[in-house]
Amino acid sequence: MASERRIEVVKPGLATTVQDLGRPGYYHLGIPLSGGMDQYALRAANRLVGNDEGAAVLEATFLGPELRLHADTIVAVTGADMPAKLDGAPIPGWTSVAARAGQMLSFDFLRRGARAYVAFAGGVDVPVVLGSRSTYTLGALGGHEGRALRAGDTLPLGPAGKASPGASVPEALRRVPESPAVLRVLPGLYWHRVTEAAGEAFFADTWKVAPEADRIGYRFRGGRALDFVPRTQPFGAGSDPSNIVDSCYPYGSIQVPGGTEPIVLHRDAVSGGGYFMIGTVISADMDLIGQMQPHTPTRFVQVTMQQALGARAERAAMLGRLRAHLP
Amino acid sequence: MRYSFGGDEHLFVEVAEEMSLDAFFQSLSMTGAVRAAGIAGVSEICPANASFQIKFDPDVIAPDDLLAAVQGLEAQAAAAEKVLDTRIIELPVYYGDPWTHETLMRFRERHQEPESTDLAYAARVNGYDGVEAFIAAHAGSPWFVSMVGFVAGLPFLYQMVERAKQIEVPKYLRPRTDTPKLTVGHGGCFGCIYSVRGAGGYQMFGITPAPIYDPQQKISYLREFMIFFRPGDIVKFRPIDRAEHDHIEAEVAAGRWAPRIAATRFDLAEFLRDPAACNARLVEALHGV
Repeated sequence: MASERRIEVVKPGLATTVQDLGRPGYYHLGIPLSGGMDQYALRAANRLVGNDEGAAVLEATFLGPELRLHADTIVAVTGADMPAKLDGAPIPGWTSVAARAGQMLSFDFLRRGARAYVAFAGGVDVPVVLGSRSTYTLGALGGHEGRALRAGDTLPLGPAGKASPGASVPEALRRVPESPAVLRVLPGLYWHRVTEAAGEAFFADTWKVAPEADRIGYRFRGGRALDFVPRTQPFGAGSDPSNIVDSCYPYGSIQVPGGTEPIVLHRDAVSGGGYFMIGTVISADMDLIGQMQPHTPTRFVQVTMQQALGARAERAAMLGRLRAHLP
Repeated sequence: MRYSFGGDEHLFVEVAEEMSLDAFFQSLSMTGAVRAAGIAGVSEICPANASFQIKFDPDVIAPDDLLAAVQGLEAQAAAAEKVLDTRIIELPVYYGDPWTHETLMRFRERHQEPESTDLAYAARVNGYDGVEAFIAAHAGSPWFVSMVGFVAGLPFLYQMVERAKQIEVPKYLRPRTDTPKLTVGHGGCFGCIYSVRGAGGYQMFGITPAPIYDPQQKISYLREFMIFFRPGDIVKFRPIDRAEHDHIEAEVAAGRWAPRIAATRFDLAEFLRDPAACNARLVEALHGV
């Protein structure tokens, strides 16, 4: 029986949630995409265990969970280098591994990256809410009871497909984070609000990921404060020069409240608000943010739309090679 | 209109730098036209107060082609009637409630006037003779939902009075890390209702016992959809006391309460001609006169 196939959360880890490719279509009502922050790693994990690329997996942040398996299954762990163990014995990352009912899946300390993706054959079969199994914790929506996992939770697995153990993603097709990190940015939105010198300083300075870095957004510190082009604030915007009449916020957009600490919004983004944005991290680099740890030195690099589309095509080609390797 | 790309997946359009109902209607008309045009590759169409945003897949439609397609809708949107078939909703508000009071006291060092309360401060900076007069003004005329967002289901509310009479307050000096669920707040010229508990920077005036977001979809009037508000809704607040707050809260829990709602039509020209008369007509609809 499908309902017998389940996993039990013995220890939840720091912030482990159920995620799939996300929940498009409701951003106009304040419900963000959600979904795995590193979509490539999530897709790879699913392909390794024979799932659809968009099946639900566990996203484990910084510190992995301990999970008791109550089904024979196939598991794969991708993304961050957070070495996984079955009953204490190391198993390789980016590789599908057979696991038996009763075994314990646990993790060593994080070595590199920030988020590991743990896929099980059949996928994590929590209810579909508004078209997705992803967890949106701020809205208590989706995933397992709308929240991060806790000790004692049990998660059902769906019916397994055609998986076989031993499949592996070659090194060349694993995307690992670099330090310092480089995030490519298309200037725009309210870019005209800062002085030319401030715009240059933003790209010249080395920033660091602040401890306030989560699925909503990543905050950065350490660069120079931005100077604004003087203006009389428009009606309704608020008095601070970094205020605008509340607008939508694109995913990846970089807001700088008070001109001091940039925040890059990610997949659980607040959908709008009253802070100006100087540009947007390009789609090709969004997965990288999901693998950045606090204190990672980071440079923002200015690109054109053509360069953004070129980088996007490179990412698509890499995904194409992954699919060819794991058909 | 000012067009800008938000990376390679968003087109961002600022209708006007400053807030007005006219800018809101242009944003609403444009997003309506974009939706009706059914442009392939567009996945999200989000109207905001005086701007809007479109999320698209550049593998399906090139950014410049999308830009041209949206710009091509400007004339059509400009010609659209600034009339909206909508609904007016009466929401009870317990002003000066103990829960927002406890919260505002906890974050007093982040406020402009730590020795005051949010209500007393807002009354003073808006020239009202005390909190009661301020509450009377806050609940005295309807509010227009000009945006839904920030977090799931949170309405931004634009006060339907002449600009000179609009309540304006700065946000907290530093945002709070906590705000009670269903707090009625205000920042800049916008009111809001916090749909979930969480961080916030708006001044806190009171609390409504009427849930506006229910991911479980168990609240009687949120069974069809978990989010109550839509852009274009009109809201009229009704001050209530502790006893009525507790009563409504219990009735909501028992599945016996829903907000009073009436269908109505909003005509921007009518409103701009005589806001008071327009508001009177809207509120009459609410009470079935």
